[in-house]
Amino acid sequence: MAELSFTEEELEEIEKIKAKFPTAKAATLQVLWVAQRKYGHVEPDVQKLVAETLDLPASHVHGVASFYTQYYKEEQGKFVLDVCTCLSCQLCGGYEILHHLEDKLGIKAGETTDDGMFSIQEVECLGACGYAPMLQVTNGVYVNNLTKEKVDTLIENLKNGKKPEFESMAMPELEKRNQAAAE
Amino acid sequence: MANDWKSFEPLLIPDIPNLQDIEVYEENGGYDALRKILDDQDTWSRKSVVNEVKQANIRGRGGAGFNAGLKWSFMPEPDGGPRYLAANGDESEPGTFKDRKIFEYNPHLFIEGALIASYAMAVDTIYVYIRGEYISWVEMFEEAVQDAYDKGYLGDNILDTDISIDMEITYGAGAYICGEETAMLESLEGKRGYPRVKPPFPAQKGLWGRPTTINNIETLANVPLVINNGADWYGDIGSEEHPGPVLYGISGHVNRPGVYEYPTGVPVMDLINDVAGGIRGGKDLKAVIPGGSSTPPLRADQLEGVTMNSDSLKDAGSMMGTAGLVVMDEDTDMVEVLWRIAHFYHHESCGQCTPCRDGTGWLEKILIKIKNGEGEMKDLDLLLDLGNQIEGRTICALADAAVWPVRHTINRFRDEFEAKVKKSVHAVA
Ligand SMILES: Cc1cc2nc3c(=O)[nH]c(=O)nc-3n(C[C@H](O)[C@H](O)[C@H](O)COP(=O)(O)O)c2cc1C
Ligand code: SF4
Ligand code: FES
Repeated sequence: MAELSFTEEELEEIEKIKAKFPTAKAATLQVLWVAQRKYGHVEPDVQKLVAETLDLPASHVHGVASFYTQYYKEEQGKFVLDVCTCLSCQLCGGYEILHHLEDKLGIKAGETTDDGMFSIQEVECLGACGYAPMLQVTNGVYVNNLTKEKVDTLIENLKNGKKPEFESMAMPELEKRNQAAAE
Repeated sequence: MANDWKSFEPLLIPDIPNLQDIEVYEENGGYDALRKILDDQDTWSRKSVVNEVKQANIRGRGGAGFNAGLKWSFMPEPDGGPRYLAANGDESEPGTFKDRKIFEYNPHLFIEGALIASYAMAVDTIYVYIRGEYISWVEMFEEAVQDAYDKGYLGDNILDTDISIDMEITYGAGAYICGEETAMLESLEGKRGYPRVKPPFPAQKGLWGRPTTINNIETLANVPLVINNGADWYGDIGSEEHPGPVLYGISGHVNRPGVYEYPTGVPVMDLINDVAGGIRGGKDLKAVIPGGSSTPPLRADQLEGVTMNSDSLKDAGSMMGTAGLVVMDEDTDMVEVLWRIAHFYHHESCGQCTPCRDGTGWLEKILIKIKNGEGEMKDLDLLLDLGNQIEGRTICALADAAVWPVRHTINRFRDEFEAKVKKSVHAVA
């Protein structure tokens, strides 16, 4: 593989991150994020780039990259579907959603489809327990209150390049009152 | 307090459209508390702010319920070097999803509270650590912070005084343990989230070895309320020993799950029935986890008169935790639920301490055996025994948090566990 490098723009962003902290080491997590957004993963050569950019030992960056679950240690599908099956999602059918997705895409959690479009991961609580079951698309937007139909639509949309939009989950009471006010 | 809570008007997230916009926040009295202090620093000395907040008794909303003002008073006298406030927005305890509402609907209340806390503790830099999965909320919150800088509430010479405070936002990358306060400090320093051995406590040696206080996002959002209205006013909201407004997160088998703001001390059954619309499908209630996955579940028949405050929940045999209620209906399989909780803690153990790393693994393994119908009666006692061997023998409280649900779920739903193991004995015979 060709030598990896950050662009001028990315290096500027990295300088801004470093300025937040008294040490360069503190920027490790954020610079790994910059690298993952660029390359789609943090495989060893990407980790090496991060270490060199921050002038840190490769072993440190590797230790951090392997500790945190959101960093992809190997290449993933174009869309990574992180399905929560933790407590509240379990109670509200998170496993049914996970198995539906697995059947639909013909892969198991932890795998990627042959065409490289989708990966599925089973994840722990994402802090959306009131909107269970739910999933997150590639460390980005949350898709809430899932049903099998909603999952099917999501997959169709993603196949057509249409990503889900941020869904504000209003506080139920505010919603009720705002509705009453609108009527 | 009976039905008082029904007429409560939200304070943390009041029903004001677009309150996340700084102009709207200002029009509604926003940043008045900060201004009041900075305009009259003789009346509002650092010490008197700490005392007012201590007297108000804001109990930490991150799980442990510690008096915020008292915690602030542990900071040593300034010595001219850097001092930090680390605001905990890691929000990863299963059943908890309330701090994100503050980032989305009332970020400036939190910023104002963090500024007042920083003034009181002579802090010069605030780090706000948000879980990496909350990237959508990180982006929203970044805008609010930028607006506060533009308006002169953050940065150098705040409101033309000699007070200068910076706020830096950073986020994690997936690790529940980084919500534990010293693991969060490690993560902020750019390392793996390994909790630190205490002492030294963060007030003495925190971020980069300097004095640091850690508070939850919701805790800090309560601070302007106290400064604007006084400690006595605040103390009259909700329960006497655990006052103030709370963002209750209600999830599980209810008709209207979500986050609701009410005072402390609301009866658990009222939250389930009146606030969250009762159990789905007209079923009966089996159990409630009152404050996130580490708080022991209560059976429906244990809930008579139980209210959401530390004393009442303690008497009932549980804890307030994060006020994230997980509601379970009559059809819930408690063995499956307990296994899933055990799986979570095993997965999230950082692995530093042998009793936690291996112990949480054993808890999960035995529970898998039981749920698969291959368990024996003695496995139930083995689980309880293992719990006793793990508890209190580790660096941080994750291990304890893993043990409590195991102990209390088995004790309170023992027949369900016995039914699973007995069945297997018959099947073998
Ligand atoms: C394993 C573990 C996870 C925790 N996770 C969080 C969390 O996600 N958010 C939080 O505010 N506190 C969390 N805490 C509690 C923090 O250690 C700390 O007590 C809290 O942030 C202090 O703020 P408070 O006093 O304002 O509540 C956790 C504690 C433990 C032991
Ligand atoms: S108790 Fe568990 S999570 Fe906490 S430091 Fe020890 S191994 Fe890590
Ligand atoms: S349990 Fe799935 S989001 Fe909390």
